[in-house]
Amino acid sequence: MLPSLRKSGPSHRLGRLVIAGVLLGAGNFLPRAANAAEASISIDNFTFTPAQLTVAAGTKVTWTNHDDIPHLVVDAKDPQAMKSPPLDTGDRWAFAFAKPGTYAYFCALHPHMQGTVIVR
Amino acid sequence: MAGINENGSGYRRRGFLTCMVWAGTGVLWTVSGGVPRSALLGSAAQAAEKPTGDLTFMQISDSHIGFAHPPNMDTPGTLREAIAAVSRRKGTASLMIHTGDVSHLSRPEQFDTAEQIIRGARLDTHYVPGEHDVLVDNGKPFFARFAKGAKAGGWYSFDQQGVHFIGLNNVMNLKAGGLGFLGNEQLEWLEGDLQARSASQPIVVFAHVPLWTVYAEWGWGTDDGARALAYLKRFGSVTVLNGHIHQIMQKVEGHVAFHTARSTAFPQPAPGTAPSPGPIKNVPPGQLRSLLGVTSVARVRTRSPLAIVDTMLSA
Repeated sequence: MLPSLRKSGPSHRLGRLVIAGVLLGAGNFLPRAANAAEASISIDNFTFTPAQLTVAAGTKVTWTNHDDIPHLVVDAKDPQAMKSPPLDTGDRWAFAFAKPGTYAYFCALHPHMQGTVIVR
Repeated sequence: MAGINENGSGYRRRGFLTCMVWAGTGVLWTVSGGVPRSALLGSAAQAAEKPTGDLTFMQISDSHIGFAHPPNMDTPGTLREAIAAVSRRKGTASLMIHTGDVSHLSRPEQFDTAEQIIRGARLDTHYVPGEHDVLVDNGKPFFARFAKGAKAGGWYSFDQQGVHFIGLNNVMNLKAGGLGFLGNEQLEWLEGDLQARSASQPIVVFAHVPLWTVYAEWGWGTDDGARALAYLKRFGSVTVLNGHIHQIMQKVEGHVAFHTARSTAFPQPAPGTAPSPGPIKNVPPGQLRSLLGVTSVARVRTRSPLAIVDTMLSA
C-alpha cells in the first residue's frame, strides 16, 4: 500500500516512485507472510532453483530436495559458516541470513551444483 | 581392436592385467602393451587368454546401501546377488576392492548392512570412500570401519603377489565447481610411495571418482588427477580402477589402463544423455540386473619373446 503523498512538486513525486520501487522490489522476492521474511530454493535434477536469489537481511531461506539423490548445502568460501546435513529426497533445511553480503554455496556431494544468495 | 594371437606368442610385455566384467554377458579384457583387446567369456579367444595362476582379484562398487527409489528398492538384495556372483566366479581370487559409495548416507546401520553382506564373499576386502560415505564427521565412521590401516587422510598401499595396490581418497575437501580432489598431502605421499619401486612392478590404483576426466559437467573427473598420473607414468603396467559413474568406461593411455565399474545398486546415464547424472529410473522390468555388475581382474604373465624387427639393409 502506497503511503498517500501530496501530488505537488517533483521531489514528492520522486519520493513516491522510490517508495513504490522498494515495495515492488520486495514483493518480487518475498512472499506475503505475516511473520519474518522467508524464501525458498528448490533442488531438482542436480540444480538449485533459483540459482541466484536476492533476499533482505534476516530472511530464512529453505532448501527442499526433490531429487532421488541426497544433496548438501555448503558455503563455498567457509564450510563452517553454513553446512546442511545430508538432505535426502523430500528433506528440507533452512538457514537465516542475518548479514548483508553475497553468499556462494554448492553441494558438497556434487560440487558442480552451485548457487548464490545475495543478502541486501 | 587387434586380434588375439591364439598360441600366445607375439610382441607382448610381462604383467598385464585383464579385466573380466560380468553383467549377463561377460567380457574378458586384455591390455597388451597398452593395446586393449576384448573377448566374450566362454569364447575360444577367451580360453586362449586364461590366466596362468597369477594374481586375480574382484572389484565391486557403489552399493549405496540406504538408497530405495526407482529403479531399485532393495540395494541390500542386489548387493547380496553381486556377492553371490563374486563367490561363484572368484576362483583363486586373493582379494576384493570396493571403490566406494558403500552407503548412501553414511549411516552406521548402512555401513553395518554392507559389511555383513560383503563378508559373505569370504575375501579380504579393501575399501576406498565415495562421497556418500564421508557425509558425517569428516568421514571418521567410514575410515574407522573400512580403512583401519590407512593414513589419516584415508589413503594406503599394500603389495599382493608382486602387484602394488594403492587406495586413494578423492572425495573430500571438494571445492565449489570442482571435481574429485586428491590434495597436496596425498599426492606427496603417492610420489614417495612410488619412488623406490621398479618400473616393471604392476601397479593397481583404485579411487572412487575417475582419475581422468570422463565428463566435467557432471563432476566426473579429478581436479588434480593429472599429477597422480604423472607419478605413475614411468611404470610398465598401471591399472586405474574407479567407480562413481555407475557404468563401464575404459580407456588406455600409454601403459595405463583405466576402467570404471558398474554399481551394484543402480545405473546412471551415459554422459550428456540426460539432464542430470541421477539414477536411471525407467529401467524396463527384469533389466535392472543387466545394468549392474562386478569386475574380476587377473594378472596375465605371458611368454615374452624379444621384439624382433627386420630391417632390410637396403632400407
